Formats: sequence, structure tokens, C-alpha cells
Amino acid sequence: MSILVDETKKVIVQGITGREGMARTKLMQRYGTRVVAGCTPGKGGQEVLGVPVYDTIREAIEQSEGIDVSVIFVPAPLVKHAAMESIAAGIKLLVIVPDRVPIYDVLEIAATARDKGARFVGPNTLGLLSPGKAVFGMMGGSAASAKDWFLPGRVGVSSRSGGITSSIAYYLSRAGVGLSTIVHAGGDAIVGMDHPAIMEEFEADPETDAVVMFGEIGSSQEERVADLIETGKFTKPLVAYIGGKGAQSGTRFSHAGAIIEGGRGTHEGKVKRLREVGATVVDNFGDIPDAMKSLVRPMETAKIRIDK
Amino acid sequence: MARLHEYQGKQLLREAGLDTPKGRVVHSPDEVDEVVRETGLPVVVKAQAWTTSRAKQGAIAFADTAEEAREHVKRMLAMKIAGFDITDVLVEEKVDIAREFYAGVIIDDAKKTPLVIFSSIGGSGIEEIAQRNPKNVSRTPVDIRFGLPLYDARDAVRLTGVSGKLQGELGKVLVRLYSVARKWEARSAEINPLVLKGDGTLVACDSRITVDDYAVFRHPELNIEIAREFGRPPTELDRIAWAVEKDDYRGTFYFIEMARGYNRGEGYLGFHGAGGGGSMMSMDALVKRGYKIANFTDTSGNPPASKVYRAAKIILSQPNIDGYFGSGSGVASQEQFHSARGLVKAFWEENLSIPAVIRLGGNQEDRAVHILTEYTKDLPVPVEGYKKDDTADFCAERMHALIEDNKGRSGKREMPVPAAPEFDAKDPYTFDTPTGTIVYDHALCRDCKTKICIETCVPQILREENDVVVLNISRDEAKAGKCTECLACEVECRVGGNAGGRVILPVPGLDEYRQTAASNQE
Repeated sequence: MSILVDETKKVIVQGITGREGMARTKLMQRYGTRVVAGCTPGKGGQEVLGVPVYDTIREAIEQSEGIDVSVIFVPAPLVKHAAMESIAAGIKLLVIVPDRVPIYDVLEIAATARDKGARFVGPNTLGLLSPGKAVFGMMGGSAASAKDWFLPGRVGVSSRSGGITSSIAYYLSRAGVGLSTIVHAGGDAIVGMDHPAIMEEFEADPETDAVVMFGEIGSSQEERVADLIETGKFTKPLVAYIGGKGAQSGTRFSHAGAIIEGGRGTHEGKVKRLREVGATVVDNFGDIPDAMKSLVRPMETAKIRIDK
Repeated sequence: MARLHEYQGKQLLREAGLDTPKGRVVHSPDEVDEVVRETGLPVVVKAQAWTTSRAKQGAIAFADTAEEAREHVKRMLAMKIAGFDITDVLVEEKVDIAREFYAGVIIDDAKKTPLVIFSSIGGSGIEEIAQRNPKNVSRTPVDIRFGLPLYDARDAVRLTGVSGKLQGELGKVLVRLYSVARKWEARSAEINPLVLKGDGTLVACDSRITVDDYAVFRHPELNIEIAREFGRPPTELDRIAWAVEKDDYRGTFYFIEMARGYNRGEGYLGFHGAGGGGSMMSMDALVKRGYKIANFTDTSGNPPASKVYRAAKIILSQPNIDGYFGSGSGVASQEQFHSARGLVKAFWEENLSIPAVIRLGGNQEDRAVHILTEYTKDLPVPVEGYKKDDTADFCAERMHALIEDNKGRSGKREMPVPAAPEFDAKDPYTFDTPTGTIVYDHALCRDCKTKICIETCVPQILREENDVVVLNISRDEAKAGKCTECLACEVECRVGGNAGGRVILPVPGLDEYRQTAASNQE
């Protein structure tokens, strides 16, 4: 099993006719994702990589007999409209890849999603990938590197940085620690599914034994994961690394999320809080694979490379 | 800057119907008399700077006479706060304070809603005040689709122990403050102190408003120069970098100067990351090793080689850095040889005399590291390249080792001016690229046996004709973006051809900046 992403889920790509949409649709298809439809207003009736394109999401749902997930690749100023359309049409999981989506737009999407029982990953996310099953988004860059870099197994990864998501997953795979699901929660200050929400998913997944979390300065996500551990809502072994020790307060370092505001979200605060509740926080990024190996009983790790 | 100055924030508050003290901004002591005629005396004089505790730094002062006010203005305009010149000073009527409150709107990342914070005790040190007096602070989430209703606002005030007519008046202030935050898409909007005057009216005596960087494009009337949070005004180098970024949407280029006024040998490094998280981790590795970050730079999201080149040139315009460190996540999805070519061109032009360590892990890393290290062999200092199996910590170790080895070299680093050397082609063939110009010297091209640029050109837009290389598309197509500025026609040509190709990629303002920096060094 895996969380949120697998090869059975039916996926629509919003913005499939654009440069990014097209390139990532190819990646998803080649990796094994079931892309059943695309949506670009005004371009209905076309086909992209064998995928039918529709003008509206409702039309796509009618024609495809249901859609589980929407992966969004439209320009940032249009994201709100695209996301609202999917949520209104009843899609329950959205993956919002673009960055630079205005925060108040994200808040509106969040409020509407809450009412409709929908969830979203991102914005500013590479997406999520379950090795050997499927990918939603653009993780790995190409299907060939995604197959090469990420191996299946029983450890989950949740990260706030895209590049680091790939790094952690690659270093774990190389060390023989296979992965259940890799999630890039998104680099922005406000994201849909944040670390705590992803931890709850991993907790409920019988095929995830432990989790690696890459946190960053800014926001309260890591502190809230500590709260989950403390209250018994997350019980699996957790290895965490918090980036941004050298960062000055108030400087964003590209990630809007990595800002220290009002004394919350400091590096020291996060590390201390996670250690208090028994999480393993490593000081060196390179120590993550070994720390994970020492925590988990000999587990079923990846032995076979996925067919390229 | 997505952070507004106090006086700019107050303008937005006034437009929303809130009262602020009478007064305005001045840029010289000569303007003070006129302002004082409008405000009356005494006045408060406030240097406009994005910092807290201005009072402690002498950046806020009271004056009973116009003469005194002029003196304060003069003094403040000569001040530097956190290394930056004060250019705006606000002169306002001094408000008679009966009581101080705090009102703010921030974004709650857990609930994913705007959050209105009200405290019935305001003033400086609000964080500590709030901690010591939790009963005097209320936090009210707002449904973004409906806004803040007055009844919720009044209740927010009620929760802090304020009753009567004042409760309603404060409630109205909160509604208006929220409307300002919503309208201008503020990451945070604060009034502190919110003052109750002796006559019973409420006035916003200070404001701190930060607009969401990503929403700045919707608010051109704010005239925000650089839509990024610096916590200080942009430096000249920040501006030069922003001019590069704002006109080129291919990939991301982010530059902030983080330190100034340091000397060679103090351990400041030019930092060139790729991707936010990987960059932070890489900087952490350097800081752990005892180094300091002169600038933060990020080129990611699959930027063209030309953008990486310009980033490198700007980083290398800091005369006193001891090394050049490039490192991102280590497992990048983008094809890394583009970055390698950009760096190589920049390092050649600088005749790089400080050591460089670059981690180019990810897609096409073997090719990238080959280009970076083999092509730079003749430079006076080593340039080392690493891949995804090399950690940031290891790369930081290598940086340290190379800097130690380089210590014997003379202290001063020459920065070439002009930053990009002239190219004097005998038989020029030129065409424009999206952000520059490519010049071939067909005199050299004719003697080139390999014509290696043709095969290494990523978009494949070149062909051979009469023993020289020309475009196989129209000039207009090249300029419109068919030419991706992959730099093969210069970088590959110089190594594997006859050095007949040159890509001219101007960075406006850089030569002037270098000249000034050099004369300041004298």
C-alpha cells in the first residue's frame, strides 16, 4: 500500500496542453500513472499524448466515469480558478504544482476544500510518488530517473523542499531503505497537506513502518508533528532533519515558507520540541539513512530495481 | 520590497478610514518647518527603517520646537540602520496617549485562515507582553470568504476584558484593519501601538504591513520595487540582480546580499545554491565549518545557462569573498550541464582567483562535472565539481581545504572591468538571443575543424555553410526563444573548436558597480 498515490487512481491534468503539463504528463504516463483526461478551457476535443482534452472538469468527469485526482499545471494567477473548478466538481485530491500562487488564493482554496471534504498537496510541490506504482506531479524530472533513483519499501518521506525530497529518497534507496510513498508537501508558507496531515496518513498506512521528515525554519508544521507524537496520534519511528540553522531571521531563502515570524518556527525550537517527544533529529543530513536503519527492525527493503 | 514603510502603511490605513497622527515624510531638514506648521508642536520624528526597537537606536525622537525637529531629521538622515542609509523621516504630531492597544492580522499556517490578534495592552515588546498577559490577548480566525463581521471583532475585543463604547470602537478598527490586510493581500498587518487619546478617539501610531510577494503583481499602485522580503532596502547589487530576474521568466534567480563591509580572509563566501531547501542545508554545512555567507543566491527551476552565468558574475562582483561555493539539493531534476556552462564562462572571464567548489548532482551530472572541471583547468585556482553521491558536508570540507591552500595568494582580487571582455571579431556574424547577442568571428570559424558548436547546441539551431557556422532558423526565431542561450557556441567552441564564438550577455549596471567597488577598495 501507499498513501494518497497509486496506479489505480484516475488522474486529470489541468493545463495539459501547456509546455509543463505536456512534459509531466509524459513522465506520469511512463511511470505508470493512470492519466485519463486533461483539461484546458477552449481546447476541448484535442488529444495530448493519447489523453483526451476537455473544456471543463465536469465534462471530463462525465466522460471518464469519475476522476480521483487533479494535477494542476496552470500559471500561478490562474491556479485558484482551476482548483476551485476541480473541488466544485467533486474531486477529492488536488496536486498543485506551480509556485508563486498568492497566499490569499491558497486560503480561499483551503476554505472551499474544507467545506467539500477535498484535500490538496502544494502549491509549489513536485508532487508525490510511490515507487513502482505511480507519480502525481513531476517528481524525478523524468520517468527514467524516477525509476532509477527511488526504490520501493516501507519507509515514508515527507519534505518541505523539492530538491531535498529527491535527495532523501535517493540516499535512502541507495542505502537499501526502500520507500512506501514520497511526498513533497510544498515549499510555500501555506500548503494544503502539511507535515502533520501527511504523518496522519502514514500512521494509518499498514505498509509504512517509519517516516523521514525534512523540516525547515518557519511555520509551525514540525511543532505540530511533535504534538501528534505527544498525544499518541503518530506512533511510528520518525527521523527528522531541520534545515536553516544558518539562516538569519526574516530572510526567506527562496522558500516563502522558511521565514521566522514572531518567534515561532525557529530551528532550535523545532529541534528541541521534536527531541522532547522522542523523535530522532539528526544534525547532519548525511546521517539520515543510518539513523533510519538503526531505528527500524530489519525491514523488507528494495532488492529489485524497477524495470526501466 | 514587499514590506511597506510605516508611512506607506499609514496611508493605506487612512484610505480605509482609520485615523493616524497628522504629519508626513521629509527627506531634508528644510522641509520640517512646513510640516510643523500643519501638525503643531510637539512632534515625533521617526526614521523609516524596517527594524524593531527604533527608539533604542535613536531612530525615534520627540521635539518641542521646530529647531529641535530639524536637528533630529538631520541626524537621522545621516544614520545607518543595520548598515543601510536612512532616506525617509516621518514627522508627526505627538499624540497624547491615554492607553495603548495592539491590533494585527497574520496568516495562521495551521488553520490556513487569516487570524486577527488583539491585545488590550499594546506598546513595544508586544511578544513578551502577550506571553505575560495571556488573558489580555485574543486570537480570532476569519473565514476568508465572508470577511470579519463586526460581531466577531467586538467579541475579539470583549475577550481581552474591554467593555462599553470603547469595545465597539475597537471592533470597528479591527474590521478596517482586516479590510486593509485583505485588500492589499498582506502577510501581516499590524498597528502597534493603537492609541486611545485623551479625547476618546483611536489613532494608529505605528504600522507594519508586509504584502505577499506573490500578490505584488496585482497591486501595481503600491510601487513595490522588488517583490521580495529583505528586511532592509535593496542594495545596489540586489537591484542589479533583480533587473536580471524580473525580465527573464525562465527558471528562478534569487539574490540577496547578506553581508557587507567585510575583508578578505574573514571567511565570507559567495554562495550559489539551487533550490531553497538544498541551499539552506548547504549553507548550514558552511556555517558549521565556520564560514559566513556573503550572499544568498538560488538559480533553480531549470534556468538557462545564461541566467546561471549572470548570477555568477553578480556573485563575483563582491570583491572580498574568499571562495565560491555552489550546492543545491544534490539530486536535481534539471539537466545540470547548463549550469556548468554558465559557471565556466563566468569563471573564465574573471580569471577566477578564489577557489570554487560546485556540487552539480542530479540529471546529467557526469557531463556537468566534466565541463566544470576540465574546462577550467588553466585557471589560477582549482575548481572542483561534485555529484549526487557527495554530501554538502563533504563539499564544505573541500571548500575549506582549498581556501587554506589558497591563503598564500595575494590578498586583493582583481575584478575585471568591463565585467565581460570585448570581443573584436574580424569577420563578425551576429544574431540576437532572448537576452543577449551571439557573435561569431567567421575568420576563426573558417579554420575550425570540429564545428563542435553545431552538435553541442542544445536547441540545434546551427548549421555549416561555406566552412562557417550560421543559423539554420531565422534571426527572429532565435531572438524569440528558439535560441535557449545554452552557451555551447562559446563554451564548447573555446574548448573543442577555434574560440570563434562569443555570447554577449549584458548585466546592466555591473560595470559601474565594479568600478565603484574597486575605488572604495583603494
